[in-house]
Amino acid sequence: MMSLEESVLQGDRLALARLLTQIENDTSDGRIALDILFPHAGKAHLIGVTGAPGTGKSSLVNQLALHFRRQSKRVAIVAVDPSSPFTGGAVLGDRVRMKDLSGDNGVFIRSMASRGSIGGLARTTANAVQVFDAAGYEIILIETVGAGQSEVDIAKLAHTTLVVEAPGLGDDIQAIKAGILEIADILVVNKADRPGAENAEKALKSMLDLGHPTQRVYIHHGSLAPAPLPVEEGKEARGSEMDVWVPPIQKTIAADGKGIDELVQHIARHGEYLKASGDWAVRERARLESEVEAALQSALMDQFHEHVPEDRFNKVVSQVFDRILSPGEAVKALTTGNGRLK
Amino acid sequence: MVKGQTTLVKGQTPLSDKKIRVLVAKPGLDGHDRGAKVVARALRDAGMEVIYTGLRQTPEMIAEAALQEDVDVVGLSILSGAHMALAPRVMDLLRANGQTNVKVFIGGIVPDEDIPRLMELGITGVYGPGTSTEDIVKDIKNAVK
Repeated sequence: MMSLEESVLQGDRLALARLLTQIENDTSDGRIALDILFPHAGKAHLIGVTGAPGTGKSSLVNQLALHFRRQSKRVAIVAVDPSSPFTGGAVLGDRVRMKDLSGDNGVFIRSMASRGSIGGLARTTANAVQVFDAAGYEIILIETVGAGQSEVDIAKLAHTTLVVEAPGLGDDIQAIKAGILEIADILVVNKADRPGAENAEKALKSMLDLGHPTQRVYIHHGSLAPAPLPVEEGKEARGSEMDVWVPPIQKTIAADGKGIDELVQHIARHGEYLKASGDWAVRERARLESEVEAALQSALMDQFHEHVPEDRFNKVVSQVFDRILSPGEAVKALTTGNGRLK
Repeated sequence: MVKGQTTLVKGQTPLSDKKIRVLVAKPGLDGHDRGAKVVARALRDAGMEVIYTGLRQTPEMIAEAALQEDVDVVGLSILSGAHMALAPRVMDLLRANGQTNVKVFIGGIVPDEDIPRLMELGITGVYGPGTSTEDIVKDIKNAVK
């Protein structure tokens, strides 16, 4: 019998769905499959869609997927919604806005519950994305939970991050705060037919004029790229060695598809920019580095638990509780191996 | 401390726990989704992951979503009286897709005389008005054991 991962590579959709469950539950079979699939991944354009609840992320993802399907690209959608912190249960409702995509074998939608993660994605979202990538999906749309100001994990995972705003959600002070707007490669003002759309766009524009933030992420030739003079949005700054992407602002009405053509063009242009500037590789490397770090962390924790008996650990925690040891001293006592308990 | 245990918010189940995944769908043309929402909410509160698909789903859409989401359970809310047309179709499609282990429940308005025939089709449970959500939760947990 073929293994799940072999079937996934052959295009078996049920095997893909079942493997995604293994990945979500972080089973040993799932981990082995990830190792085997890893060399097959790394080809897809990962597009993140984030923004506050109710800004229209799911509807926008629906429209984007329809558009990419017209270009005959295979599209996977990973839609994350929050888990209850009390029961661990979740209602995943993003599919409600994606009915247009049913009946098309070139689209695969998977809903994920955040399962306790607070960065806007589930802990296993990156792994699920890797499976889709290996399975040959060329476009992977990743929709975060309705994000506030600091759910910025998506910027680490995606090549291109769309931050979706809607009219009436905040003024220009909101726009200069740190956090979610900083991670935008493309800013979307959705529901652009609603009153206040012009103001939302203006606030975002003025934020960009105050100094464009996203280049701080990328170290170019060993130093941070300085902010260039304002350039036409969506184009790269020319005339200098350092090309800096200035996020374009695109107005859309996802409910009827207005502005989607332009948005897809911005996404394509951003992809080309990343490749031409070398930032694609920089982002891939940064992402893989943090994946290795995360794997290392959990492996070291497992090792730790294998080597340190539970009662010893509890004893040290009791000493911390009694204020005999500080947490820092406790770690020293537990990790040096010979750290004598007071 | 249990090996591999991560810090959890109080009352939360560990991340590695297998969650029961349930698709709640409304096939057919009636527009009353309050019952489906009440059930979705109750299953959420019982710690399940509920994929809610909304109104006016065709059996094909439901089977496709059940496959992509790899659910353990499909809950169909039908108040239109079309259950004898919709339910067999959903069952056939699930089987055709290889999802033979998925348990299917129906909630809504189903005359008593239709229930035996639905059970013959492989439907696991049928719930009429007034059913307590606790019973539904209990039955689902038993069915996917």
